[in-house]
Amino acid sequence: MTAFVTVSHLGRSFDVSKPWLNRVIERLPRRRLVAVSDVSFQIEEGAVYALVGESGSGKSTIGRMLAGLMTPSEGKVEVAGADLHADPAARKAARIQMIFQDPYASLNPRWRVRRIICEPVVVAGGATEGVAERLLEQVGLSAADADKFPHEFSGGQRQRICIARALAASPRLIICDEPTSALDVSVQAQVLNLMSDLRDDLGLTYMFISHDLTVVRHMADRIGVLYLGRLMEEATPDQLFERPRHPYTQMLLAAAPMMEGRSRDIDLPKGEVPDPISPPPGCAFNPRCPFAVDLCRQERPALRDVAGVRVACHRAEELAALSAG
Amino acid sequence: MTPPPVLSVRNLVVAIPSRSGTSRPVNDISFDIAPGEILGVVGESGAGKSMTGNAVIGLLDRPAHIASGEIWLNGRRIDALLPEDLRRIRGRQVGMVFQDPLTSLNPLLRIGDQLIETIREHLPMTAAAARDRAVAALEEVGIPAAAERLNSYPHEFSGGMRQRVVIALALCAEPSLVIADEPTTALDVSVQAQIIALLRRLCRDRGTAVMLVTHDMGVISEAADRVAVMYAGRLAELGPVRSVISQPRHPYADGLMGAMPSIAIGQRRLRQIPGAMPRPSAIPPGCAFAPRCPRAADTCRLDPAPSLADDPQGRAACWFPMEHSA
Amino acid sequence: MIRQFAEFWQSDFGWKFRHSPTAVLSFVVSVALVMAAIAAPLIAPTNPFDSASLNLMNGFSAPLQPNAFTGELFLLGTDDQGRDVFSTILYGLRVSLFVGVLAVLFGMVLGVTLGLIAGYVGGRVDGFIMRVADIQLTFPAILVAMLIFGIAKGIIAPQYRDQMAIWVLIIAIGLSDWVPFARVVRGATMVEKNRDYVQAARLIGRKPVAIMVLHILPNVLNPILIIATISLALAIIAEATLSFLGVGAPPTQPSLGTLIRIGQTFLFSGEWWILLFPAATLLALALSVNSLGDWLRDALNPRLK
Repeated sequence: MTAFVTVSHLGRSFDVSKPWLNRVIERLPRRRLVAVSDVSFQIEEGAVYALVGESGSGKSTIGRMLAGLMTPSEGKVEVAGADLHADPAARKAARIQMIFQDPYASLNPRWRVRRIICEPVVVAGGATEGVAERLLEQVGLSAADADKFPHEFSGGQRQRICIARALAASPRLIICDEPTSALDVSVQAQVLNLMSDLRDDLGLTYMFISHDLTVVRHMADRIGVLYLGRLMEEATPDQLFERPRHPYTQMLLAAAPMMEGRSRDIDLPKGEVPDPISPPPGCAFNPRCPFAVDLCRQERPALRDVAGVRVACHRAEELAALSAG
Repeated sequence: MTPPPVLSVRNLVVAIPSRSGTSRPVNDISFDIAPGEILGVVGESGAGKSMTGNAVIGLLDRPAHIASGEIWLNGRRIDALLPEDLRRIRGRQVGMVFQDPLTSLNPLLRIGDQLIETIREHLPMTAAAARDRAVAALEEVGIPAAAERLNSYPHEFSGGMRQRVVIALALCAEPSLVIADEPTTALDVSVQAQIIALLRRLCRDRGTAVMLVTHDMGVISEAADRVAVMYAGRLAELGPVRSVISQPRHPYADGLMGAMPSIAIGQRRLRQIPGAMPRPSAIPPGCAFAPRCPRAADTCRLDPAPSLADDPQGRAACWFPMEHSA
Repeated sequence: MIRQFAEFWQSDFGWKFRHSPTAVLSFVVSVALVMAAIAAPLIAPTNPFDSASLNLMNGFSAPLQPNAFTGELFLLGTDDQGRDVFSTILYGLRVSLFVGVLAVLFGMVLGVTLGLIAGYVGGRVDGFIMRVADIQLTFPAILVAMLIFGIAKGIIAPQYRDQMAIWVLIIAIGLSDWVPFARVVRGATMVEKNRDYVQAARLIGRKPVAIMVLHILPNVLNPILIIATISLALAIIAEATLSFLGVGAPPTQPSLGTLIRIGQTFLFSGEWWILLFPAATLLALALSVNSLGDWLRDALNPRLK
């Protein structure tokens, strides 16, 4: 299999300094927030690659950079061999679409559904006859819905309209940024099933961003775990959920609520995600890590292959031996 | 012998009159919460779960109002109290924790002042004693260096710490009931686990009854002793949390469990319930779930809505509850 | 058309309208005055600018009293030249509304365009546009308008001055009231541009101008409508003030302000009607338009719901 998307050493920082005058008066330094730092991964054509992480992990920022909506500060994104941010033609050829978290903000409230869905076709200069009706039926709505306004639909139905709009651009890659977090469980199941069906029917590639481990486990072929803008571990769902290698992944799995229920006597996670403006030195997870040693506080671990899994932990081999033994 | 319930809700109906008729977002709900028990109230948006919580503490926004039914707190009927008496009961006997900790805290006051004020309002105490109590309350919810943090403002805390402060605030007057409305929804997974554990521990230790309102079955499964599943303003199922999750008797509860992706087994396809929950203004006659129910018969559509009493086991409001071979 | 009206009547907005006496009254008065201005040539008893039809003998007729010389009856009396005050008011209303509406439209187009650009592009462009707006706000609008009027007077040749006066007035008032539009549109644009539907349009490949016009503009229309209504009242008053000061509408095309200026010279000689009726009309117009704007602001502001 060839890599369809190659992300190499991607980084993005934001200037979050106070205005110039405040800085001068209060003698504050410039402050930079590093949202994404040195992230590299590949997505294969037709696969579902998931990024999972808590708030401040940089998962949405990566999604936006992959979509071309934001330029990286460092590194590059290559889609089908062409640099997305250096080459304007590459962005067009990549045909990347996005599905957003908030179905109430992602549709223009003043436009009718027909116009919303047909917009990609209009911009590309294609014929719009019957496009909206066909796509509406494909996403499980009725052709008659084309003449309605977005406010006449529920959250799940709006998300279907968003999917229809993305499909109208005949995309190759769809970036799904928390597509079901705002939806109820039963509606989430409908939307996730629809997305799986479309992938099978149309051969789409998904980049799936979520904080919900259960959804990620259900959808993904490969999962990247982010923490404070860094990729901590990358593995297949089975590898990740059965034998998490990185202490952060282990903590995340232990903390996730389990339907199967379980007494909560296990170790609770320590502390909270630190302020991304001043991340801890060395491994970003070291202050919360039960296994941290001096090396972890001094040197940032690189992402490397350990037993078929990519993991950024100095002690990955030791811990693997520990848990095995 | 079971102790008398802290909270007892009987046939509660909340009505909202409007130009196009009266809707009932909460319709004929009854449940009890025993001391030290956590009752999870779960449902999808619009099911009426938050409205139920607000009705119990008398925080309904007009024109919504309690149309009928009774609410008993520690043996005293509170649904018909004057606003002044109700206000005294809130805080003293009922603590509240909401989704967004920032809405429960005054951003302009130090959290110490907020705690001390709440304590002194409800308990006869000197300022110094109230201060000691505030420190103890913060320590109890796991805030490090509690005495110093009394002087901090809400924005100086992280999200998880803020929610701990809100819990300290809710519990500082030693209420017998806590209503927690989506207390962990805005928090990260790791912090969510901490907050759930904290709520559980505090309630066990003090015998506080908790009404935990959330849309997240995972949270309910971790935290609650019993669970009430709401659908379109009514109780669909009410029972011990393990039984409801593993052997749901109401087809809606069953559908809900099937729709949840599981962390343990990665299955290919999720079971989905066709259609969507009706709006409170357009609830069908008979059983509200009938149009989406795979088991629905004419009885379900024609007869008045079933109640828990129609189930031989008293768990599901369903004419044909699902049987599970043990 | 009828269906749309029925929909409006049944909507929440329509319901609020029906249940607000202020809104209904000010709407009725505004519409009546606008209709009267449009239909002035049809309903005015005389054409006050047709010098052939004027009779100096009719001068200073009191309202509803037959003229001492000619015996003619005038509803609201006549001025010194024998012009029917009722007719001059109707024609003056025309000029006032024409200037007011066009000035607001001009200011609106200018302000909305600059506001969209400032909000969408941001950075230095935004800083520059908003600083210009701030500077302009430190001068009273009337002063800005007079300044522009004065400059125009210096540029335009004397023989064209009278016929250009109205247009200079429109531009002067328009240039002095674009700032509220720009500010509100900029703020709303900064909110809307971060919403996901705008991001989706960018992904589809829409150019910035298309995004501003097709996506953002329709979603910032409500506040524009409110400001336009309130600005209209202000523009009408500004025009009246300028005309009263003698730098506005020329005597050959008198607006309500010009009429008031003419009338005030007769106030103390007992011919009160020449001043009072134009002034009352101006008051009714400005008040009704302004209350309508205030009501719209309250009705459309989601934060007050």
